[in-house]
Amino acid sequence: MNPNNYLVLAAILFTIGALGVLVRRNAIIVFMSVEMMLNAANLAFVAAARSTGTLDGQVAAFFVMVVAAAEVVVGLAIIVTIFRTRRSASIDEASLLKY
Amino acid sequence: MTAALIGLPLFGAATLLLGGRRTNAWGHFFAVAMSASSFFVGIFLFIQMLGRSGEEREAGQHFFDWISVGTFHVPFGLHIDQLSMVFVLLITGVGTLIHIYSIGYMEHDPNRRRFFAYLNLFVAAMLLLVLADNYLLLYVGWEGVGLASYLLISFYQHKPSAAAAGKKAFIVNRVGDVGLSIAVMLMFVTFGTVTFEGVAAGAPEAAPSHVTWIGLALLLAACGKSAQFPLQSWLLDAMEGPTPVSALIHAATMVTAGVYLITRAHAIFDLSSTARTAVVTIGAITLLLGAFIGTAKDDIKKGLAGSTMSQIGYMILAAGLGPAGYVFAIFHLLTHGLFKAGLFLGAGSVMHGMNDDVNMRHYGALRTAMKITYATFGLGYLAIIGVPPFSGFWSKDEIIHAAFGQNIYIGLATLLGAGVTAFYMTRMMAMTFFGEARWEKGVHPHESPATMTAPMLILALGSAFGGLLLMFVGDIEGWLEPIVGIGHSDHAVSNTILIPVTLLVVLVGAGYGWMTYGRRPVPVVAPEHVSLLTRAARADAYGDALNEAVFMRPGQYLTRALVWFDSKAIDGTIGGLSAAIGGLSARGRKLQNGYARSYALTMLGGAVLIAFVLLLVRL
Repeated sequence: MNPNNYLVLAAILFTIGALGVLVRRNAIIVFMSVEMMLNAANLAFVAAARSTGTLDGQVAAFFVMVVAAAEVVVGLAIIVTIFRTRRSASIDEASLLKY
Repeated sequence: MTAALIGLPLFGAATLLLGGRRTNAWGHFFAVAMSASSFFVGIFLFIQMLGRSGEEREAGQHFFDWISVGTFHVPFGLHIDQLSMVFVLLITGVGTLIHIYSIGYMEHDPNRRRFFAYLNLFVAAMLLLVLADNYLLLYVGWEGVGLASYLLISFYQHKPSAAAAGKKAFIVNRVGDVGLSIAVMLMFVTFGTVTFEGVAAGAPEAAPSHVTWIGLALLLAACGKSAQFPLQSWLLDAMEGPTPVSALIHAATMVTAGVYLITRAHAIFDLSSTARTAVVTIGAITLLLGAFIGTAKDDIKKGLAGSTMSQIGYMILAAGLGPAGYVFAIFHLLTHGLFKAGLFLGAGSVMHGMNDDVNMRHYGALRTAMKITYATFGLGYLAIIGVPPFSGFWSKDEIIHAAFGQNIYIGLATLLGAGVTAFYMTRMMAMTFFGEARWEKGVHPHESPATMTAPMLILALGSAFGGLLLMFVGDIEGWLEPIVGIGHSDHAVSNTILIPVTLLVVLVGAGYGWMTYGRRPVPVVAPEHVSLLTRAARADAYGDALNEAVFMRPGQYLTRALVWFDSKAIDGTIGGLSAAIGGLSARGRKLQNGYARSYALTMLGGAVLIAFVLLLVRL
């Protein structure tokens, strides 16, 4: 299969994720969109590794996964805490930290 | 022994200044003791010096290397020779008398201890000035006497005029000091050393232009310290200080430091006729200018100050005549130190009896009320106008004689100066001691206490016989000859003609003064409608007006322009820049709106931009 197709898929997934981050208000959905962007990047890494025949891209994908796992732990904890105090998961309402 | 001369008064000053109020009760006696013991050390050294013959009389003492950098070596050493010796005796002798006088004069002053501390400091600094063996150490003493002069002129700090006078003296002296520092630097560049010995040895081989410049720079220094034209304006204001200070610092010793400097640097001046001509010219101008100012002053101390300027003009003129004049410059310096100190102390005694009034128009007929002051002032008067056999006659006549040997116009200037001196001194004498009493209400003139009259009597004896003693017993010419040399210029006019002519001029001046102020009643208020000349003399020959127009006003405009430039241009640029950055960031702050999604958009925009740029660069 043409490796370009994987890259196109990765670009489409990344765009969907980015749009999700920009347009959605629900913190959980935004979080999922971020995960989608990370996985789009992983897909591009793995596809590139496969097409060049080296392991570098795969190693990078592993690192991204580890970081994403850690980020999920911290991010979900923050979202839960915000929900507990405000009874809302809307990220637009959590806008106190500003000028 | 030489170090003790300086050390004793320095110790006195330190004790009184550091001891504080604990020394109030006995501080003035301690200061007198320190000054007197310094005088006795001076006498002891003098007797030792008398025991040696001409060439061996110089003695130097090297203490340590003060500055040693590369090829620049300045020793810290004292040097005593015949020239320093006469200064040591004058400074400590007259200084001690004035210390004693001050006990009575400053009796009721709450700051008497501070006054005596400064007097001791002055004596120490002045001794360092005349005992230093190089020009840089001389500079230290030079600045030291300047400091003491400043502190003592502005001693009555509560009077704004005294504070201003002190500052004026200090600032005008700085102008002269620039000359001395330039001279020292030029000496180092030219000779590689600043010791008296090294400079004298190197001068004949040095480039004539360098020698001339050094001479002119030294002359500038002498002008500042000795109140010579054009730096004369500070001396009249310096009379704001207590009268003993005027007598010691601004008549007998410090203001003559310029004469010492020129005489000490005779090796330089002997080689440069340009520098000598400049010295003679300055001396001639100042001797006439000072005498001119003295004729119109109603303030007794300012009249004497004008006279001091004039007499120092004589000394500077004599010093500028070269080997023919050095000896007589120093001779006149010594006799002047005696009679002018006596005159100032007399003026102080009169002021003491007249409730510190200095206006001679309020005096009159004091000869009966203050007999001792009258007698001592009278002897000083006879000495300064040059009546034989009083001391001023011997020294001034020699200067006039030598001046005629140099140049007929210089000689005529000195002769005219002698006549004007006789006029203003007679005026002062007549207004103070003769005529009818014009005392203000509540003033009861009385004779001063013995602590004041005793020094006056001693100085009066010095005024009367000092000249005779120095001339015939002391043989001042032979005494100073090994140091400054002696030269006889071809005297155009012989003394047998000159002495009667001089006496005639003096008689005319004195007679005119007596006719104007002695025979006619003196108005209590100074007349308003007077000639332009009188007005000019009352305004110190417009010296202050000139300084203000030429230096002060342009200086003020310059500082104002600089302040304007600083506040508008420099502060404006910096302030405008910070205001711009502040305003921009106040607006930029609004970007931080707290919405995570807008931050994400910014990040995305940045990432896209970077990707775009990377693609663009690769293509």
